[in-house]
Amino acid sequence: MTDKTLFIGSTVALPKPELDLLLADLRKNDYQTVGPHMQDESIVYTKIEGLKDLPRGILSEQNPASYRMLQTDKDRYFDFIPANQSWKQFLFPPRHTLFSASKEGKWQLKENDEPAPRYALIGVRACELAAINIQDKIFLREDFSDPIYRSRREGLFIMAVNCLDPDATCFCVSMGTGPRHTAGFDLCLTELDEVFLVEVGSELGRSMLAERTYDLPSAFVQNAANQAMDRATRSMGRTMDTRDLPELLTTHLDADRWNVVSKRCLSCTNCTLVCPTCFCWDAVDQADILGKSTRRERVWDSCFNPNYSFVVGGNTRPNIRSRYRQWLTHKLGTWKAQFDVLGCVGCGRCITWCPAGIDITEEVAAIRAEVNS
Amino acid sequence: MTLSPKSSLKPKVAVYKFSSCDGCQLSILNMEDELLDIASAVDISYFLEATRTVKPGPYDVGIVEGSITTPHEVDRIKEVRAECKYLIALGTCATAGGIQALRNFSRVDDYIKTVYAHPEFIHTLETSTSIANNVPVDLEIWGCPVNKGTVLEVLAALLQNRRPNFPPSPVCVECKRRSIICVAVAQGIPCLGPVVHGGCGALCPANGRGCYGCFGPSSAGNFNSLVNTMVPLDRYPNETANLLRSFSSNSPAFRAAADAALKIASTKEAK
Repeated sequence: MTDKTLFIGSTVALPKPELDLLLADLRKNDYQTVGPHMQDESIVYTKIEGLKDLPRGILSEQNPASYRMLQTDKDRYFDFIPANQSWKQFLFPPRHTLFSASKEGKWQLKENDEPAPRYALIGVRACELAAINIQDKIFLREDFSDPIYRSRREGLFIMAVNCLDPDATCFCVSMGTGPRHTAGFDLCLTELDEVFLVEVGSELGRSMLAERTYDLPSAFVQNAANQAMDRATRSMGRTMDTRDLPELLTTHLDADRWNVVSKRCLSCTNCTLVCPTCFCWDAVDQADILGKSTRRERVWDSCFNPNYSFVVGGNTRPNIRSRYRQWLTHKLGTWKAQFDVLGCVGCGRCITWCPAGIDITEEVAAIRAEVNS
Repeated sequence: MTLSPKSSLKPKVAVYKFSSCDGCQLSILNMEDELLDIASAVDISYFLEATRTVKPGPYDVGIVEGSITTPHEVDRIKEVRAECKYLIALGTCATAGGIQALRNFSRVDDYIKTVYAHPEFIHTLETSTSIANNVPVDLEIWGCPVNKGTVLEVLAALLQNRRPNFPPSPVCVECKRRSIICVAVAQGIPCLGPVVHGGCGALCPANGRGCYGCFGPSSAGNFNSLVNTMVPLDRYPNETANLLRSFSSNSPAFRAAADAALKIASTKEAK
């Protein structure tokens, strides 16, 4: 009899219906299982129960300013490339009440002490996991850690998925983040027609998977998965040369290309809000008319918002050129000095979801061409 | 502007109607949970939509709904301005001229002759214009209708001597904060959201429609790029131009953008 003992690092073949039971087990362990689901002509991340909620047979087709889905009759669930939403919304919520205060005699402050939800993220791509690792550096610093992010991050279960069918806006290979997972997950799926190959990445993942019925993968199945992943690596829709970053951008703040791109940029904030690493926020007070109660909320903000850089004496970035330049020189420039990594993971969301279709890889290449000419 | 809450006299507020549908006044009356608080914080001295009781001016705050479309209104808005210390233009009729400003793009006489049996009784202007086009305005609240939360925030800010919080960020911010999928990118529906002032909570995109700009231009908006981006998505002739030629059509940014959109369309036709 073959030894089916699981270890961290083991890979097994899991029949697809077993995923339903695995998700049910996660829920029994107080996790909310969230994953991809078809909604509003796109894929959103929301509560899912099992295979029935996943986008079955869906392929995505992404281009600048365009996300489209294609329905196939394949019994596959992870062939699409994620849409605008990223897991950011679960760890760094778009809106979060920090505290409320009311005045009865004197002011009483009430912090928001709602317990953080425990999420099991189902279907995290390698670029997305890289983005979570970058946000860890932002929100979980040694000298300061964000309590909202930390409480959600600590309770996280990550079921990763290896990407097999990259879209035209993907460039994770250039950024060194994908398409294949290497570490940081509890379990990692590679989807084949008949089964999921599941790699164990943590003790927690091992214990969840141990309850399920699985087989040892045949050499044939493992080979098929490896070939599919190699194919994915070779079929990136875009590339970005990062060898001269961040200096290329930080030393060419007067490049003419900033003027060119600012004519197209809508300053609409979409690129930053869909970016899985962008982390800007604002704190907004909502007071009642009698001045007896108020609530402070943290909301997503963006360096493209005109008020974002409004300080005493005026706006330090008063036009679109200065705002776009700020974004790119931070993301691919000063981010490195700040967090020891570039702020881009190559997911392509800012290209697909920019209504004007501005392409970050094209902008970097254009600045390089201008500088070298 | 400070309305001192310490003063024993409550600030007097007047609400006026000009050419409009009354929807923005109704947005005030719709604040059912807050009306008692409002009434205890301010003295509602003139608000014919709510009560026939009228207290004499001058008033601390005047809230004006509607646009200026008749010679009589041109005179009356001057009187209103004179009797209010702080004047708020409420809603897109008052801030841009409203949907009735579509007359500004055609001949009003033609309409009058078509609609009325006795055109000689109609005294109207050639144009529908905003309050600020006629008298100085202290604050504009856009929207068709306005968001009642914004009205409340403005009143609260005036009473608390602080700047009202309605940042000039575009509708896109509200879509993304609400996890609404972009209708332009995912469905190819023209949408003005990238250049339109937020405040509605992304009502139209949340219902699968493109934004038609009833909250007016966002201060940062790049209308040139918007036109170049959205016109190619038009599902019928001049769809983007029609979005721009609606409730906010008479605001300068919308005017120029609609002209540009129509020009692109006519160039395409000529080819």
